[in-house]
Amino acid sequence: MKPYLFAAIGASFFATSLAVHAADVPAVLQSKCASCHALTKPESNSLDRLWERKGPDLHYAGNKFNKEWLVEWLQDPAKIRPAGEFYRKHVKPGTKEDVVDESSLAPHPKLARKDAEAAANALMTLTDPDGLIEKGAFKDQKVAMSMGAMYFNKLRGCAACHSAVPGKGGLSGPEMATAGKRLQPDFIYSYIKDPQKIDKGVWMPKLDISDADLQKLTSYIVQLSAKEDKK
Amino acid sequence: MNSRNSISFSWLTSIGLISLLAFMEPAAAASDDSFEHAERLYDTYCTQCHGVNRDGNGVNSVFMSVQPRDHSDAKGMGDIPNSEIIDVIKKGGLAANKSVLMPAWGGVFSDEEVNQLAAYLRHVCKCGSDQ
Ligand code: HEC
Ligand code: HEC
Ligand code: HEC
Repeated sequence: MKPYLFAAIGASFFATSLAVHAADVPAVLQSKCASCHALTKPESNSLDRLWERKGPDLHYAGNKFNKEWLVEWLQDPAKIRPAGEFYRKHVKPGTKEDVVDESSLAPHPKLARKDAEAAANALMTLTDPDGLIEKGAFKDQKVAMSMGAMYFNKLRGCAACHSAVPGKGGLSGPEMATAGKRLQPDFIYSYIKDPQKIDKGVWMPKLDISDADLQKLTSYIVQLSAKEDKK
Repeated sequence: MNSRNSISFSWLTSIGLISLLAFMEPAAAASDDSFEHAERLYDTYCTQCHGVNRDGNGVNSVFMSVQPRDHSDAKGMGDIPNSEIIDVIKKGGLAANKSVLMPAWGGVFSDEEVNQLAAYLRHVCKCGSDQ
């Protein structure tokens, strides 16, 4: 117990000294993005914070996103979470099933190319110091799409919350059709393995998935966006 | 897991729940405040499939091949023993030969929170205690 306590005290000291670091968050982000996104590791992991946050955390953006995608998306931000962030605040009872209250979802701020490039560069400098993402975990062995789909839809039930094909599948989680372009493969692998480690309290369960199955699911998700491109 | 283990496991959890329920009874009768945390957990994690009205019509249910359980249904919920409810929340639908679309939440909640959720579900369906 004691060493743990010391570690915690040490960590909070460290966090205070990081206040300097917070001032280091590139000014472009600090001024335009900090009102909705956590750009440094949040001090609290409480459910209340998750309910109050206005956008996904970006303090580990450099280990999450592909830069090319960031530059494009920030200029033309298409919806990623069909029910917004966070879903519970944007759904209401419908005639039978609950529906997304579209009027409660505001479009994302749009940036001009130069600003998008500056923001993307800045975001890529926000890396996680805690080893949240397992570097080199994804082995890049291609899974057949039919096999991947079987794991995603039937065996593992991912499709309950995520759509692999636009307009079909769950609405409470981010869409997966463009995830391969959006996300680094090692991030996809690490997030599926333990979403609670990366985004504590998030409404995706930590499931017990073997490395072999994590490889298949990651490869499937990475390939989905290539499929989108051919259309 | 072998069956002997899981039997003794569910025994333990039911004993735990009985004592928990006994402990909670007066507060629960007095007001709904005792469910405040469980209700918050339910709203955060369960409504995406089970619905804001707890009736199985969550926003995700549209495309699901097996429909989420209607937690407001006294008959359907009353037939499920507490030990199964606790098992399913912790280990997912597969633990009770139900659909994998009901995920395992044991990696997110403490045992205490799982027990609170189970008790809260009894409050929602206004049905059953243990059987
Ligand atoms: C008014 C609040 C708000 C502001 C200001 C804002 N964002 Fe966002 N941002 C959001 C929301 C909400 C989402 C989720 C959108 C979705 O999932 O469709 C989001 C998503 C993102 C994503 C994708 C994150 C992910 O995990 O999928 C990136 C990258 C991003 N924002 C960058 C920025 C940058 C850079 C700025 C500043 C120039 C900015 N945002 C300003 C609310 C905001
Ligand atoms: C109960 C709903 C639920 C289930 C089941 C679920 N997820 Fe998720 N998933 C989520 C939510 C919610 C998020 C992140 C929300 C956020 O960032 O706002 C997420 C995030 C992700 C991400 C990161 C995406 C991003 O853009 O940040 C990946 C990859 C992912 N899930 C894959 C999977 C896979 C594979 C499965 C099946 C093994 C699965 N999920 C099952 C709800 C779910
Ligand atoms: C990804 C969607 C999803 C989420 C999120 C979800 N459930 Fe379920 N749940 C289901 C489905 C589907 C069933 C029906 C399974 C079946 O009948 O085979 C179910 C069934 C159940 C049952 C009945 C089990 C039985 O033995 O019949 C209980 C109890 C339950 N869920 C509780 C919860 C609780 C508590 C939460 C939140 C912590 C939750 N569920 C979150 C999809 C979900």
